[in-house]
Amino acid sequence: MAVEAAMQPSKVRWGELEEDDGEDLDFLLPPKQVIGPDENGIKKVVEYKFNEEGNKVKITTTTRIRKLANARLSKRAVERRSWSKFGDAVHEDVGSRLTMVSTEEILLERPRAPGTKQEETKVAGDPLAQMGKGGAVLMVCRSCGKKGDHWTSRCPYKDLAQPSESFTDRPPSSETAAATGATKGAYVPPSMRGGGAERVGGTDMRRRNDENSVRVTNLSEDTQEPDLHELFRPFGNVSRVYVAVDQKTGMSRGFGFVNFVNREDAERAINKLNGYGYDSLILRVEWAAPRSN
Amino acid sequence: MRPILMKGHERPLTFLKYNREGDLLFSCAKDHTPTVWFADNGERLGTYRGHNGAVWSCDASRDSTRLITGSADQTAKLWDVQTGTQLYTFNFDSPARSVDFAVGDKLAVITTDPFMGLTSAIHIKRIARDHSDQTSESVVILKGPQGRINRAVWGPLNKTIISAGEDAIVRIWDSETGKLLKESDKEDGHKKPITSLSKSNDCSHFLTGSLDKSAKLWDSRTLTLIKTYVTERPVNAVAMSPLLDHVVLGGGQDASSVTTTDHRAGKFEAKFYDKILQEEIGGVKGHFGPINALAFNPDGKSFTSGGEDGYVRLHHFDSDYFNIKV
Repeated sequence: MAVEAAMQPSKVRWGELEEDDGEDLDFLLPPKQVIGPDENGIKKVVEYKFNEEGNKVKITTTTRIRKLANARLSKRAVERRSWSKFGDAVHEDVGSRLTMVSTEEILLERPRAPGTKQEETKVAGDPLAQMGKGGAVLMVCRSCGKKGDHWTSRCPYKDLAQPSESFTDRPPSSETAAATGATKGAYVPPSMRGGGAERVGGTDMRRRNDENSVRVTNLSEDTQEPDLHELFRPFGNVSRVYVAVDQKTGMSRGFGFVNFVNREDAERAINKLNGYGYDSLILRVEWAAPRSN
Repeated sequence: MRPILMKGHERPLTFLKYNREGDLLFSCAKDHTPTVWFADNGERLGTYRGHNGAVWSCDASRDSTRLITGSADQTAKLWDVQTGTQLYTFNFDSPARSVDFAVGDKLAVITTDPFMGLTSAIHIKRIARDHSDQTSESVVILKGPQGRINRAVWGPLNKTIISAGEDAIVRIWDSETGKLLKESDKEDGHKKPITSLSKSNDCSHFLTGSLDKSAKLWDSRTLTLIKTYVTERPVNAVAMSPLLDHVVLGGGQDASSVTTTDHRAGKFEAKFYDKILQEEIGGVKGHFGPINALAFNPDGKSFTSGGEDGYVRLHHFDSDYFNIKV
């Protein structure tokens, strides 16, 4: 919804009107306009109002009208709809609010990411494969190192464990002071502290977010996330699949992203699937972000 | 999805039932008034006043004109669905637990609890078309099982009665002679009291939920075990989707231990399972207490859960529910 103040000069002068009669001014306002609904079901209602300060306000309400599954009600059911209330429902206060729509969005929570099998069989030696075991989620606690049990923030051993190196500022040792000698007192980003060269802990974090992300473009409109997962799964463990969906129409926008656990898998997928014919369209598969090295 | 919350009951819910067209939803609770709601928006249509005890179950006739309810006040009552007036009262000597209309609505099965030295029993009553001709005579009375019979329903073509209860055994009875035809084995069957039983649409199979933390799918004619769905909480309520091969289990820990444990440990979600693969599909959270009742809309596009918390939650599925792949 967009509210914009449109203080256009009106023809009637303020002095000619009685001040405390807000409602009487309504004839000054342009009539309500309804635009649409268009083919996407977008309806625009433009209304004009006076706000508390007496300013004219234009209110544009944009709504999307969606037709729910064509309800075919039986004649009897339609008749029942008009039955009069009985029992306790007769004298029901308006404010009693027996029926409410939940303010909370409840989802059907899937125990695993869609498309994954219950047990993933992979070489036990590969640490990444182990991480991916419980579906596509890479749940590794950074403070105790336990995999697939809890997130770092929920770590029950948080207080017991040694603070992990990568997330604590280094104590200002003499070595650090020497390295940063000239700029003493200035802010030094954590990655630059202690020489910067020995920093390796950070990669763990990045891998979870957008490392090995592959962009897929020229997707057909009915391609959904599970389809994309199915397509990319043979190349290796997939940690995230996302298909861009138009907010207004609910249709696919024709591109998506797939994140792989292993960079090599992603590379193989790109080599294999770039230019691959899928749903009568030629896919374009490439690295989502420019490669850092 | 954004569920619709209906707070018409002051006590825990016990049973939920849709009418055949799926436009009305009947709810029973431990307060004394069964309630009818519009199943699309959850608006309350009316209440059925007259019982003097917890109402354990109900059933609506095929044409949605009659409602039968079974209550702990030792009666089962017939109601006019539209006006909420009582048409007839069946009096028993012990609390009535489960009620079910036969196909054609000419018969009804009512179970009574063991009480003051009486054993539990299954009564088959003739339902008169005109309620002024209604009598309280039982056509057949079935006796034998020890403990409470939690649910008794009609088998295919009204030829049998399927019952299940506290003794953890599923039984099939001949509805005319009252003879016991089949009993579930000890090995296959449930290990703890069976709390709920729900028939498939075509009555070819049915699902039982038990406190042994599992639900089992049975063939209605041969009483062979088809599938078992294992979960981690006692199952209080079961329902089968009429549209997709899904089953829903509801339950949770005992009400007595709810306050002493973390709410996350309560496991009060309605759990969806694939009927054939027996694999869990997902869970729908929301209740503050165990789920006591579940029902699917006959169109399969919405389902309702009733909890110990006194809320009825009506869920219209999002479109992505219908193309879930396992």
